[in-house]
Amino acid sequence: MNTSVSNSPALRKTRSFGAGEVLLVISIAILVIVVVVPVALIFFNAMWVPGKGFNITDIVDVLSEPETYEALTNSIIIACGTTTMSTIVGTFFAWLVTRTDIPYKSFMKMLFLVPFMLPSFIGALAWKMLLNERIGYINNWLRSLYDVIGIADGPVFNIYSFHGIMMVETMYLFPFVFIQVSGALERMDPTLEESARISGASLFTITRKITIPLVLPSILSGALLIMLYSMAHFGTVAVLGVQVGIINIPYLIYQHIHQSAGSFAAIRTGTVLAAVLVVTAAIIMWTQNKILSRGRYQIIGGKSFRPVEVKLRGLRIPLFVFSIAYIGFTIALPTITIFLVGGLKTYGLPLVLENMTWDNYHRALFVNPQTQRAIWNSVSLGLSAAVITMFAGVIISYVIVKMKVRGKGILEFLGMLPFSVPGSVIALGVILAWGGGHTIPFTGIQINLYNTVWIILVAYIARYMALSLRANSAALEQVHDSLIEAARACGAGMAQSLRDVVLPLVRPGMIAAFFLIFLPALRELTVSVMLYGTNTRTIGVEIYVLNEDGATVESAALAGIALLIIISGQVIIERLTGVRAK
Amino acid sequence: MSYIQLNGITRRFGNVTAVDNLTLHIEKGECFSMLGPSGCGKTTTLRMVAGFEDIDEGEIRVGDRLLSSHKENFYLPPEKRDFGMVFQAFAVWPHMSVFENIAFPLRLRNLSADEIRSRTTEALRNTNLLDDADISPMDLSGGGKQRVALARALALNPDVMLLDEPLSSLDPHLREEMRFEIKDLQRKFGFSILYVTHDQSEAMALSDRIMVMRAGHVEQIDTPLNIYRKPASKFVFSFIGLSNFLKVVKSGDAVKPTGSDDAVNLPAPADVFGQSSAAVLASRPSEIDFGDDGHVRGLVKRRTYLGEIVDYAIVVGDQEVRVQKTARSPGPGPGETCGLKFLYPHWYPE
Repeated sequence: MNTSVSNSPALRKTRSFGAGEVLLVISIAILVIVVVVPVALIFFNAMWVPGKGFNITDIVDVLSEPETYEALTNSIIIACGTTTMSTIVGTFFAWLVTRTDIPYKSFMKMLFLVPFMLPSFIGALAWKMLLNERIGYINNWLRSLYDVIGIADGPVFNIYSFHGIMMVETMYLFPFVFIQVSGALERMDPTLEESARISGASLFTITRKITIPLVLPSILSGALLIMLYSMAHFGTVAVLGVQVGIINIPYLIYQHIHQSAGSFAAIRTGTVLAAVLVVTAAIIMWTQNKILSRGRYQIIGGKSFRPVEVKLRGLRIPLFVFSIAYIGFTIALPTITIFLVGGLKTYGLPLVLENMTWDNYHRALFVNPQTQRAIWNSVSLGLSAAVITMFAGVIISYVIVKMKVRGKGILEFLGMLPFSVPGSVIALGVILAWGGGHTIPFTGIQINLYNTVWIILVAYIARYMALSLRANSAALEQVHDSLIEAARACGAGMAQSLRDVVLPLVRPGMIAAFFLIFLPALRELTVSVMLYGTNTRTIGVEIYVLNEDGATVESAALAGIALLIIISGQVIIERLTGVRAK
Repeated sequence: MSYIQLNGITRRFGNVTAVDNLTLHIEKGECFSMLGPSGCGKTTTLRMVAGFEDIDEGEIRVGDRLLSSHKENFYLPPEKRDFGMVFQAFAVWPHMSVFENIAFPLRLRNLSADEIRSRTTEALRNTNLLDDADISPMDLSGGGKQRVALARALALNPDVMLLDEPLSSLDPHLREEMRFEIKDLQRKFGFSILYVTHDQSEAMALSDRIMVMRAGHVEQIDTPLNIYRKPASKFVFSFIGLSNFLKVVKSGDAVKPTGSDDAVNLPAPADVFGQSSAAVLASRPSEIDFGDDGHVRGLVKRRTYLGEIVDYAIVVGDQEVRVQKTARSPGPGPGETCGLKFLYPHWYPE
């Protein structure tokens, strides 16, 4: 008895404030500074009127304006249309590459992921060039075709419309559903379908009664991701909708911030709109969690024989050609258009060799300080954001996935936040937090980052934290606890086992996180467009502004350069991860 | 004529021949097991009978029905074969209740609602699932899920039941229990069973006949007792239980274990040596007695108490022979020499 009593103080000593608590505090601090404060300030400012205290009359005012109502309706229409179309397209192609005998499957699988690489607002620019009602290349071609066959003035497709916007967003967003569904179909135990088959069900009945219901949670979860993305998406609507009066919530926020020239009243209006977005996003996230917790069946099998493939027979080659044509039409065609238009002497000239020049590319890279600075800004911002977010993500995921410390629950909740806060909301929150409107409590110091690159960096970190958390927690979940325990048992301390065991094992996840952030950050528009100043334009902003100013060829040339950087970045990842996998 | 007939069937995957010219006849009501290590072609054979794999050569018939025939370019898809099948990973549908899982094959046959209900209820009763009809199969234990799968296969009252390692995902004690349940159901309904397993005791307990397969070929088809008593090859011998293979060399009239000067005091059949002068003497550790009248002499290297039994490692020449005796009968200690008497010796070519 005595010995145990005298031993206990020594034991207790090790349970004091240790590395675990330090990591927890750091993690919470990062999330609070980067995400919680900005979002909290949005809600605070939406409701707090200086001198009048809490007040919801302003909220009611903003919400009852027809402009808000219309933007919200537009956002919802576009999001619903895009989600429906992307879900159909994504599910169909996922089924095609996992459950049929279509040729060159692994190549096809890669092909359907290509749209992910391309920024949708650049796609929107290209489609504007192709399907502009008066001067779009395809429309012109159609018109000349009508002339030949003798129809006087045939109907042409006008890209400046709801249909156009939804079509373009679908082209670039359907991979969200494709990835989720093809992943579920691949992991699904084939005997679930085989047992239906031996019960007497035809392939059609199996698809309807077994396969679709089982992957429905994955379909819905991909669909909701698309809806979340589309609701908060700035670029496509800004390029294709604004001209004809189609405005969505993110564009309305952008308008308020930019027309305000820093006036607080306009920013306040923005906060109310942002709050609307946050609430919508929260509802979508909540629905998604509901579906996932109820419906994610354990459908992963033990012994896996190859699933039975649907024999497409006569349709095999036509469907293969259709898939290639689909990617060719939706991805290759607009990409080539961007490069070609970027080489035109003047926009509107026919695309023939004598109208082509390297001047635009040359000027964007070597002459024009404006575009040079934009490229530099994007590359340095992307790199810094990726590195910082990668490391912060490892720390936070480690605490969430691996550690058993009190207070972890708070962190798990905070860790969910970055997933559900739309980009334009983050931008606005960052302005409120770091734009000089506030003094830091108890210190009297005012930090004003407005119009500097730092404010964009902070916003990027907040925006991409979700991606880093996802990649790193996935990697950490693969590292079994016993590996760490074995290191501790060998005499390694907490820090040493982290350095020598955990970090090497999660390095692939960290590299993945780095590229998952760096490449999208290079072409980011939604956040940057709200935060840019004269010297802090990013590539995305520069392309957008040039296009708005009517400098179409210059804008296309810069977009072409951006695409080249993104594509080569993607090739480098494939190489790196490919080597790693071997 | 046998009920299930596989005549000269072959299945190739790329360059690999998974099943090579297999002929197999199974009677009505027979329980037939296919036993072998993974990759031996047993599962592929079952899947060809089920119709999930087409055949590259030969034909498959059940009763008077042709199921697959290479020559006639005929292939009946699985959904038209009317078999019951149970898979290793249960394969019960998580989005349907237990009742709906079992009713599924009946619904596909356009039966009346009353008949579906009565036949599903009957299948539930036969598998002791009546109380769980309306819950989700995901709330059942592994054994419960496998019962649902079994009931679903039973619902159609099939003549042939295909079981693909149905017990491998279960706990050991449940495995034994389910084994008897399957046997009882077979007695009650009289269906034929084609049973795939890599567990020899499972095959022994259930089957009327066992086929041992290796690399796409049949090693032996026989009753459980004959498989154990007269293994047709060294491979079958080793697969069916713990085994010793003592390498022996023929020099003149004497047959000596390698590395030993003492001859084996047993008559060896002449034909096992063939061209070479080497062969193996196979024995089971539990079928060896100690004694001075032994067939070979050895030195006890290690003696381990395993509770019920004592495990000996005996050095004979440059080889080791394992012996297992019950703990009640005292044997030689480490360092002592002893004679080993093989109770049921088997000879195989090297």
